[in-house]
Amino acid sequence: MGDAEVIPIGTRGRPGRGTGSTTPSSASRGLAGGARRPAAQRSPEPPEQPEEISDAADAQDTATDPATHPGWTDEDSIGGGAAGPTAGASTSSSTTSSTTTSTTTADRHPLGNVSPAELMNALTGAAKEVFGPEWEEELARLLAFVRRRLTGDYAVDEYGFDPEVTERFFLTALRPVAQKWFRIEVRGIENIPTDSGALIVSNHSGTLPWDGLMTMVTVHDRTGRFVRPLGADLVFRTPVVAQLARMGGATLACSEDADRMLAGGELVGVWPEGFKGLGKPYAERYKLQRFGRGGFVSAALRTRTPIVPLSVVGAEEIYPMLSSMPTLARVLGVPYFPVTPLFPWLGPLGMVPLPSKWLMEFGEPVRTDELEDGAADDPMLVFDVTDQVRESIQQTLYRLLMERKSVFG
Amino acid sequence: MGRVVLVTGVSRDLGRRFARSLAADPEVDRVIGVDVVPPRGDVGAVSFVRVDIRNPVIAKVIAKEDVDTVVHMSIIATPGSAGGRHTMKELNVIGTMQLLAACQRARTVRRLVVKSTTTVYGASPADPAMFTEDMQPRRAPRSGYAKDVAEIEGYVRGFARRRPDVDVLTLRCANVVGPHVQSPITSYLRLPVVPTVLGYDPRMQLLHEDDLFSVLHLAALREGVSGTVNVAGEGVVVLSQALRRLGRPAAPMPGTAVGRLGQVLRKAHVADFSPEQLAFLTYGRGVDTTRMREVLGFEPAFTTEQALADFGSTLPPVLGPARATAQQVAGQALGTLARLVPTGGARG
Repeated sequence: MGDAEVIPIGTRGRPGRGTGSTTPSSASRGLAGGARRPAAQRSPEPPEQPEEISDAADAQDTATDPATHPGWTDEDSIGGGAAGPTAGASTSSSTTSSTTTSTTTADRHPLGNVSPAELMNALTGAAKEVFGPEWEEELARLLAFVRRRLTGDYAVDEYGFDPEVTERFFLTALRPVAQKWFRIEVRGIENIPTDSGALIVSNHSGTLPWDGLMTMVTVHDRTGRFVRPLGADLVFRTPVVAQLARMGGATLACSEDADRMLAGGELVGVWPEGFKGLGKPYAERYKLQRFGRGGFVSAALRTRTPIVPLSVVGAEEIYPMLSSMPTLARVLGVPYFPVTPLFPWLGPLGMVPLPSKWLMEFGEPVRTDELEDGAADDPMLVFDVTDQVRESIQQTLYRLLMERKSVFG
Repeated sequence: MGRVVLVTGVSRDLGRRFARSLAADPEVDRVIGVDVVPPRGDVGAVSFVRVDIRNPVIAKVIAKEDVDTVVHMSIIATPGSAGGRHTMKELNVIGTMQLLAACQRARTVRRLVVKSTTTVYGASPADPAMFTEDMQPRRAPRSGYAKDVAEIEGYVRGFARRRPDVDVLTLRCANVVGPHVQSPITSYLRLPVVPTVLGYDPRMQLLHEDDLFSVLHLAALREGVSGTVNVAGEGVVVLSQALRRLGRPAAPMPGTAVGRLGQVLRKAHVADFSPEQLAFLTYGRGVDTTRMREVLGFEPAFTTEQALADFGSTLPPVLGPARATAQQVAGQALGTLARLVPTGGARG
């Protein structure tokens, strides 16, 4: 906020308004014009002349200009977010000029000063702000989208996946969380095949499955592919969650669906630790739990798809779970009821995840296409591959933890 | 030599129309339709025999007419049409047992086609997305139509074991819709305001009535295909999408409220809400149709979306005016924009 204009309002301890004195208050003196000097002196550094500090201007403008997207940081930029803050600058200059014009009572009508041309300009500017330079096409596309949704003229796949809504709403809403809140840093994205089926196996943590959502956003932004998560049946039993999960591309974690999706060439995401990983206390952070029964490995072996291990660092700290209140959880019919430093004490506010810094590393794929037929029926081999994947994720987690400077850094 | 086909359940619309279309096929010598009450419409070349399949007389009909193919499609889904749940169960289960007993005695019978339903898979949150024919329901049905069908299929499997020389084909058909179909799902979708279960959007597959006739026709005449086959139109729609396409307003409410409302509607003979239909409307269901294409060699003419559209074309519009207005407003907005664009472009 260094470059914001500071207009002092209030008396600041000097005689003025409210004291009965006839001297005009410092605020009104400030508004009268020509009295900007004290304001300039009070600010720690000269805020105007943005060209002097053009380097820093980008960063500072973000605070005042809500339409600017700084996007990803340098090392992981993926294009986009280059829209400059020129529009914001022009609007601020026009507001300062309008304050200096004299005002009569006749002009007090809210629309008195506004000519149709100005209004049109403002609307066009706003449309540009929201939809970008090709705003007419964008707006037309949006209207067409709304019409399609209202008339049901869209397609879902056999799992109930609705790619249009997922891309337009879910991923768009989650993208700022991934980029701004958790500042996700991604490594090894090239380990995800570009067009064939693969099984992403990840550690699971964080009380609520934010890591799953963030994986979906990140993979879609970097590769353009949708991750199809496999969820527990609790997900599909819970109202609203069930509907959203199917819409977002999830399906039940069972061998039938896993086989079907992998055989269909989808990018399937599994979190084999399940609720054991998600609901583990903070003290056990980054210790992998048991990897289910290795069902995901059998599915990959049967369909001969590669297994991509994914290690996520940062999700453990978003809700540090102190206790799980098993009795209350049993009454509510959920696997655990989290008690964190903020939840349930602050109510819904306690559900805001802490802004930890996240690292995601996609490891070298475990190939399954060279194993002989019937490998999925060999339990020892399945256990071996499961352990190999688990060990690789655990080691990567330790390495990433060493590299991380601080939890929120 | 032509074939002699016995069709059960011809008093109902689908059975009557299927028997009629089958009788028109030159490959078929005779079609004998049986039911407890005479059919209401035109049966064409079908010879109707009024006989209750719960009665051993059915064995005499099969023996006397030298029937070689039996198409069993009198399994009923709603107690309303039969006069109560008790009668429905009698007709479904005892009727099938009696029919199978008669078939087992008859040396002439070579082929048995049973029109079953995908309801036998149930609907629960622990279901796989797509059921194949080998999968079992996650929870065994405990009552109603689904339990009847599960029992019937059990007896049919027993019959297939005892008469290995007979080709037994069980067709598990998805919900049949069409302009003339009266079934739980069509009466549900015909409601002026459709109650849906809050927070769930079930997937469903539909089968057009014409496709039902074609697949039964194919199954009755096709030699050498046996086993169980899922039959459904291609593709899946979710309920909310289907209602929007039909122009029906949805009224989401909690599941228990939908169930209670269903009971009221059932008493008023408006629509029939069985517990298994409520489960279907909550969790939805999908079936895999690979076997239908590869083993049976059948390709439905209507996809799920087309079947829905054909069904919708005969519905009296509910949201028609509102929809037209919405489209008009959207169109006007687009037109206004188009006019504004040059001005805005010149200024911007």
